[in-house]
Amino acid sequence: MAQAASETRPKGWWRSNQQTITPWLFLFPGMVFFGLYVIWPIFQSIWISFYDWDGLRAPDGSTNATWIGLGNYAELWGDRAFVTSLWNNLWWLVLYLLAVPGGLAIAIFLNQTVRGIRLYKSLFFFPFVLSQVVVGLMFAWFYAPNFGLFYNLIEWVTGDGVAVLANPKLATFGIIAAGLWPQVAYCMILYLTGLNNVAPDQVEAARLDGAKGWRMLWFVILPQLRPATFIAVVVTVIGALRSFDLVSIMTSGGPFGSTRVLSYYMYEQALSEYGYRMGYGASIAVVLFMIMMVFISGFIFKMIRDERGLG
Amino acid sequence: MFPRPIAQVSRPARIAYQVALPIALILWLLPLLGVAMTSIRPSSDLAAGNYFGMPSSLAFSNYVEVFTKSPIAQYILNSFRVTIPTVIGVIVLSCMTGFALGIYRFRSNLLVFFLFVAGNFVPAQILMVPVRDLTSQMGLINTTTGLVLFHIAFQTGFCTLFMRNFIRALPRELIEAARVEGVAEWRIFWFIVVPLMRPAIAALSVLVFTFIWNDYFWATVLTTSAATQPVTAGLFSLNGQWVAQWQLVSAGSIVAALPPVAMFFLMQKHFIAGLTLGAVK
Amino acid sequence: MHLKTSATIALTVALLAGTSALAQQRTLVFNHYMVQPAPMEAINAAIAAFEAEYPDIDVVENTFDPEGYKTSIRNFLSADPPDVFQWMAGNRMAPFVNAGQVMDISDVWAENGLTEQLASGMASMSIDGAQYGIPYSYYQWGIYYNRDAYAAVGATVPTTWDEFLANCALFLAADIDCLTTGTSALWPAAGIFDYLNLRTNGYEFHSELTAGLIPWTDDRVRATFAEWAKIVPQYVTENHAALDWQDAAALLVQGKAANYVMGNFAVSVFLDGGMTTDNLGFMAFPTINPDVVRAEEAPTDAVFVAAGATNVADAKLFMAFMARPDIQTQMNITLGQLPVNAMATVGDDPYIQAGFELLSTTTGGIAQFFDRDADAEMAKLGMEGFQEFMVLPENLDDILTRLEEARQRIYAQ
Repeated sequence: MAQAASETRPKGWWRSNQQTITPWLFLFPGMVFFGLYVIWPIFQSIWISFYDWDGLRAPDGSTNATWIGLGNYAELWGDRAFVTSLWNNLWWLVLYLLAVPGGLAIAIFLNQTVRGIRLYKSLFFFPFVLSQVVVGLMFAWFYAPNFGLFYNLIEWVTGDGVAVLANPKLATFGIIAAGLWPQVAYCMILYLTGLNNVAPDQVEAARLDGAKGWRMLWFVILPQLRPATFIAVVVTVIGALRSFDLVSIMTSGGPFGSTRVLSYYMYEQALSEYGYRMGYGASIAVVLFMIMMVFISGFIFKMIRDERGLG
Repeated sequence: MFPRPIAQVSRPARIAYQVALPIALILWLLPLLGVAMTSIRPSSDLAAGNYFGMPSSLAFSNYVEVFTKSPIAQYILNSFRVTIPTVIGVIVLSCMTGFALGIYRFRSNLLVFFLFVAGNFVPAQILMVPVRDLTSQMGLINTTTGLVLFHIAFQTGFCTLFMRNFIRALPRELIEAARVEGVAEWRIFWFIVVPLMRPAIAALSVLVFTFIWNDYFWATVLTTSAATQPVTAGLFSLNGQWVAQWQLVSAGSIVAALPPVAMFFLMQKHFIAGLTLGAVK
Repeated sequence: MHLKTSATIALTVALLAGTSALAQQRTLVFNHYMVQPAPMEAINAAIAAFEAEYPDIDVVENTFDPEGYKTSIRNFLSADPPDVFQWMAGNRMAPFVNAGQVMDISDVWAENGLTEQLASGMASMSIDGAQYGIPYSYYQWGIYYNRDAYAAVGATVPTTWDEFLANCALFLAADIDCLTTGTSALWPAAGIFDYLNLRTNGYEFHSELTAGLIPWTDDRVRATFAEWAKIVPQYVTENHAALDWQDAAALLVQGKAANYVMGNFAVSVFLDGGMTTDNLGFMAFPTINPDVVRAEEAPTDAVFVAAGATNVADAKLFMAFMARPDIQTQMNITLGQLPVNAMATVGDDPYIQAGFELLSTTTGGIAQFFDRDADAEMAKLGMEGFQEFMVLPENLDDILTRLEEARQRIYAQ
């Protein structure tokens, strides 16, 4: 905090306090927006979850909400659809993580310097740039009975087509596969960048020692890719728990609720065609939020450790 | 480099690799190729059941039909009306917050920083009801402004993280020297730091553009009519109108996907720089 | 947004540009989802007639796709209410009426003598004795069938359920789906349930069940499902859970399916797809129990005034206009549906005539459709249960227990 030395005129309050006040001035607009639209609503949602409310307001602003305390949560406990959603979220969490090794595999595959490899890399990455709406519609077409490509391929191979999205046992996996497509692309890019920055001298030294293939990957390369792996895992986990778009577009939670996930169930209860239960929906959102806070806190703690490490 | 450079392996392996590349690409992009093929297939083919054979003609008219028979042009315009102000707003806000958190040391610095980071990861559903209420009380339901305000606020979390990390890595000597000269803090921000942030601004602009263009959830929650809906929500409702007209749905999907794809191919370097910050130590 | 030709736009622009402070056009904002070809034609004609009669009023339409409208409506009724809007009768309007978002227009009914003219629709438009909207159209449900498919296997049009099932065996042998449907949006399955229940147990039972007065585990409910079990899953289109109703319609058109339990609004889809009035047949749902009085299903569409409307006076004018027999006649001829007004005339179209025949000879009662007769949440759970039953009939016990638990929770208030 260097201050101008040998000043002859008296310093104003502003000049001496500039460096303390400036950060807050600069932070102010960002914090107002963020606080108003993100932080405060979290508390509001928790508050709403203690009410039984149909979500509608009369023109004069009044509502017919009634306080029920933890009633919504008690109901959630015994709600079959809630349990199904939890299970589906678990499947998403576990299977979505396949994107990480998947991305690594493709990154390794593409990490060569042949002609045109840049174009290949771009094209492999490009599913990530598509909106989930487009991905969902593409895969809905892909799986559709009678004319979907996937359906016809299976029919050609086994003689009987499988309509993935009509089958309660398979539908969730079909949607997860659709979600993996852009997610693998994302992990691939992280790993390609990471591979570019792997220390070549370490690789050479290991080669001279006779390491190759899996041993090279496991002992020399992967440790250097740790930052990329960390980000890939964090983003994939967050993405798996937040998945909404694909479920909404491909099956609307069906068939008969078998692909429901917490984020979609919440929307269904609060805002959909037959869902007039804002309070109940809010309670589902709070549960989802709590689950995610576990992972978010883990991530933040790691970041704090890194920050302290760097001083 | 890892894996072993292909120039160093045996010739058959090299040829196998060169062959495997395009095959792998086609398999990877299979859904996309299928949809692209369907989008130029005439509807008579689909009605007759010809889904995968050679199209009887190349029906680029499907694309024309998508534009003339649906408000997709309006949807695309709305997407621009939402995306561009958001990008500008977010960049402005996050440059400021990144500057504040990256340059200055004060007690609650880390706390505020982690508030932004954590807030970025919350599921949209926990915000849905209150944000919708807030927007409607401000009279901004079903306006692009309402959507823009929300996106600016929410993306500030991610962008603050990005900018702050970027600024922390900048050389401090310039700033210290300026302070010694008695330059006011805001001038340091505007004349010294912001020009140095240009690569970060470029990367973030491209990323935020893509994220906002592709957003579907908030578009459906906060906008409801064709006059205001961006193309993601619009495509979903067109899908509802074009049931069993897969050639139109396919063409519409491709049209909706084009701007971010074009943005990506034109600004690849920035895009990847934005995504991979922090992936390398 | 107005969906009009560019000529009309040019004319409107010229008109607006050429006027000074003289023409003070009042606007009437109308939200609706009549975007399919036939409904769009019908509403455009009605609006044009309205504007011709009241040149001071400019009707501004906001159109939505039918599925999106169902979520948009709760947004715009709270935040940005139009003057008038389209919606459905019965329990579908109840949440909005109870939240005070729909205007009571009993005065319009009284002033225009609508209690007599719209008598058949009055019950479904009333809550606690007050009327909330104007019903302008209703349409029958029944079975649409492909005559060519029948001829191909030598089947005759059935009048009883047993005859229907016998035909199904013939269709199965010829690799044709006896019954097709597309349940991905859930409601087509409810149509099948409603008819099976109406035929097995009668109208009173069905009303009480949908009103939450009868347990789902009751033996009579099981009897309905027992009848249903006779056709699922072997006689119904495979993978219907992934099909939209229009995808299934394509199967009927192509002759890959023989029968479709549907509403009359589907006729234009069938005819556009290539069927003709010669090979598209319509029949009432077959009799299951000859002692049960015949009841039918005929949901009603209506227009309403929003409680937050700005232009209330003109909105009520529009309501009275939509109630008129001449307007209802014209609209319904284009829609291919039936007018509610007793003084209106029914169109010539063979399917409308068949529907009119069917409904005017129905003595057992007219149901509104499962998701309009039942409470919203119950309806959703019920329809999911129906879809599940159609895919996995062995889950019946579990489904009924679940529905019963829900009923006790939902109707406990």
